[in-house]
Amino acid sequence: MSFFRRLTSSKKRTKTSSNADRGILVFEHTSEVIKAESLLKKAGWNIRVMGPPPEIRSGCDLVIEIPLIEKLNILRTLENVGTPPIEIVPVSSPLLQPVDLFQNKDFGKYLMIRAANMKLTVDKETQTIVNVSGGGCPDVPYLASKMVGILLNEAPSPREIGHTLCGYALHLAYEEMKRR
Amino acid sequence: MIGIVGTVPDPDFPLMTGETRLEGENICIRGKQIPVNRGTPALLAAAIKTAQVLEQGDLFAYLVGDVGLGHGSRRLYEYLNGHLGKHNFNLIVFHYLQPDVDWHNRILFAVEEMERRPVLIADAGFMYAAKMSGQSSQYDLFTPDIGELAFLADEEAPHPFFTRGFILHEENRVPELIARAYTHKNAARCLLVKGKQDYVADGQGVQATIDTPVEEAMEAIGGTGDTLTGIVTALIGTGMAVMKAATIAARVNRLAGHCAKPTPAMQVMEIIQHIPRALSEILQRA
Repeated sequence: MSFFRRLTSSKKRTKTSSNADRGILVFEHTSEVIKAESLLKKAGWNIRVMGPPPEIRSGCDLVIEIPLIEKLNILRTLENVGTPPIEIVPVSSPLLQPVDLFQNKDFGKYLMIRAANMKLTVDKETQTIVNVSGGGCPDVPYLASKMVGILLNEAPSPREIGHTLCGYALHLAYEEMKRR
Repeated sequence: MIGIVGTVPDPDFPLMTGETRLEGENICIRGKQIPVNRGTPALLAAAIKTAQVLEQGDLFAYLVGDVGLGHGSRRLYEYLNGHLGKHNFNLIVFHYLQPDVDWHNRILFAVEEMERRPVLIADAGFMYAAKMSGQSSQYDLFTPDIGELAFLADEEAPHPFFTRGFILHEENRVPELIARAYTHKNAARCLLVKGKQDYVADGQGVQATIDTPVEEAMEAIGGTGDTLTGIVTALIGTGMAVMKAATIAARVNRLAGHCAKPTPAMQVMEIIQHIPRALSEILQRA
């Protein structure tokens, strides 16, 4: 029996009507977005990871939505750690929201959690990651090779070693699995 | 000849092209061994096993190491752009590649310039790029799972990660999602949707459903979608019609999984070993 749960139910939502004062940070790789997101959230900035507007989409990308008024401070924070964006542009159209549903499937001995198109399965008794499935970006087989057979608490975080949207989705499943 | 294009999860793996074999649990290409785990090596292993039963020749692969940064994929795209026309493929499968719309379009141009247009299959990252480019109808077959079908059905989403919440990927909504994908021209001529029940569809709607045997654990096993794409690839490579090949492939993949007595902890190579037996049985029944 499976059921859905909102991934981001506790997240604050920014009203779309306030787009005029929002900007987006554009990075070369999704892995840089993930690193910048961690840094900025840790520093207390009100930011969101979103899908890019159509004019700058290349295929597998995320951007960070920021309050434009804080642009210089945010830029300084990122430059200090060597992760500057390649571009900062104002938000001119609605940005895409990441999928915000979890789906769980209980196999008895095993629990599978799906976030977006990625699935992570763990042996409930031993807490060993037994499988990674779904996805289509090239880091999925790499992440699986690094995580399967490893204890959940000892496995590398997909956020640290993944580079794509599929890797990001797997990280969400991994975090949810750890939370349980 | 069949061409298979994809990546392997090793950043140091060079760009390699050539005929492939399965040696034990490794794919072998020009002396290099690649473990069959999931992704393109799993597709190759399933296609090789199927081709052996069908007494087909070797499969020609284009492989490069890529762990998600896209460097390897882009090198491979560039290589394909200059080399695709040198082979007389009757079928090309594009698989785990970094989705990149610009490169996708260049590859499609290169295919169009080939002397004889091959059957085109796209799955995984390349299917994402094909959909985002708005050129899905140029393909003969997509092999999405239900989550990916929801992405194809969402005309706004550039990646499954951004599929809008109201387009829920639930089993009982598959025919509706298929129809929506065709309405917005985001589906190939044929779709093979893998899930608890597999669907074979075209622009006219669902043409076949395959629902036995049922092995719930298959959903958790990484690579079972790749094996399905590998089986259908080898079947189409014999000249079989895409729709018929998709239906047979779904039956074979399910039966191979059933024969392996799967658990959610099983690795896909154990299922691949059962493909020859499953294929023989399904072909006999047909």
